[in-house]
Amino acid sequence: MRAAPREAEEVAVVATRIACAGLLVCAATAQAAVLPEERGDIMYHRYDGGGVTVDGPAVLVRKNFKETYSVNASYYVDNVSSASIDVVTTGASAYGETRTEYSLGGDYLYDKSIVGIGYTNSDESDYTSNTWYFNVSQDFFGDLTTLSFGYSQSQDDVYQNGNPDFEGNIDRHNYRVGVSQVITPELILSFNYELITDEGYLNNPYRSYRYLTNPLDPAAGYQFAQEVYPTTHTSDAAALRVMYYLSWRATVGASYRYYTDDWGVDGNTFQLTYTHTLYDNWIFDIGYRYYDQSAANFYSDLFQTPSQDSKDYRGRDKELSNFNDQTLSLKLSYARPVYYRFADRAALTLRWDRIWFDYEDFRNLNDHSAIPGEEPLYDFEADVYRLLFTVWY
Amino acid sequence: MRAIAKRSMLVVICLLAAGCATDPWVKPYQRQHLADPIMSFDRDPISSAYGHHVYQVREGARGAEGGGGGGCGCN
Repeated sequence: MRAAPREAEEVAVVATRIACAGLLVCAATAQAAVLPEERGDIMYHRYDGGGVTVDGPAVLVRKNFKETYSVNASYYVDNVSSASIDVVTTGASAYGETRTEYSLGGDYLYDKSIVGIGYTNSDESDYTSNTWYFNVSQDFFGDLTTLSFGYSQSQDDVYQNGNPDFEGNIDRHNYRVGVSQVITPELILSFNYELITDEGYLNNPYRSYRYLTNPLDPAAGYQFAQEVYPTTHTSDAAALRVMYYLSWRATVGASYRYYTDDWGVDGNTFQLTYTHTLYDNWIFDIGYRYYDQSAANFYSDLFQTPSQDSKDYRGRDKELSNFNDQTLSLKLSYARPVYYRFADRAALTLRWDRIWFDYEDFRNLNDHSAIPGEEPLYDFEADVYRLLFTVWY
Repeated sequence: MRAIAKRSMLVVICLLAAGCATDPWVKPYQRQHLADPIMSFDRDPISSAYGHHVYQVREGARGAEGGGGGGCGCN
């Protein structure tokens, strides 16, 4: 009575071994993964909007060795000049500061796998961040599928200019997985998920919330007090992207990202892009991005009472309010072969983004005539410029 | 029966996997469009990283941007 099942089991074992052996042999003969391309980029970036100007240079260089190793290094600067609405309406004076970021990374290619590690340091007068990261990617199924995962750990130190006694710390962990799948010769799909946890001093030491001087009489005015935030924050984000190739050498892309966190913020990001090639050397891109989010559950534009203790959270950061923004992007790139000692090709790219921010529960306190809570809602536009020079070698 | 079912499932999975490896539905000679730089989700990494940074400091959402690394390094 047991002979038949055992026979079937043995057949299954043999079939399993054959199939697995076949898989291994076939996998070994398929194409291998490749390292990222060797290139050097120099970029000037500028953000201008809402009373804030940020600009500076950025450099990224990647060099490969023996088709197995790759190293990359980057340098990035933000020169900030801020007279944002947060600054001017809480009585603070406009300020300027510089943030400098260095990064060094390496990748190792082994057959169909790439293992990468790296380190990033960011430094400004009142904030320092050190991040280690680790990434692995593996190609499967005739290189039509790429699975990747990664981990980052950051240690941030928070200071307050003018207050040498203040110091806060943040521990941050990022866990991410992704899969990229070729669907047809013209269609690629990509899925990414990332979990981020923070623990420590998470609010901005300069930012304040406002509350009514007399909750029964709003006309009596309001006062400011320093924000009170939770000391932990955990978020999940999942994104789906597709890219489709059109017959006239153009592409259309679309993406959607869903975000949620334990502070009560839920966000949606939609993006559409169209890329068009002109003659042999020109590439033109146009894009549209829409983002919206709900407010954190401890956010309010105007609190009735001040915080009672360290667990009675209060936030008036407009990034945690209920709002949406829309972006229109235009990008033009000119690339051509070059005949120089070490360079094969060079490109010059100019990109302009216009972003419209529209807040649904963050009021413009520059209107001093209105009764507290009845000021007009705040909105602003920002322009973002990128001028990029790239050399491939 | 459970063992047989498990092994059968393993066989099916292996055959499917091996099938994909030996005979991918997109042949190598059909991949010229996929290899075109305009099909990349991240054509200029330095520019993309900057773009993510612009939004990270002005929006509540973060993560799953598709790049490696991590850490905004900012408040």
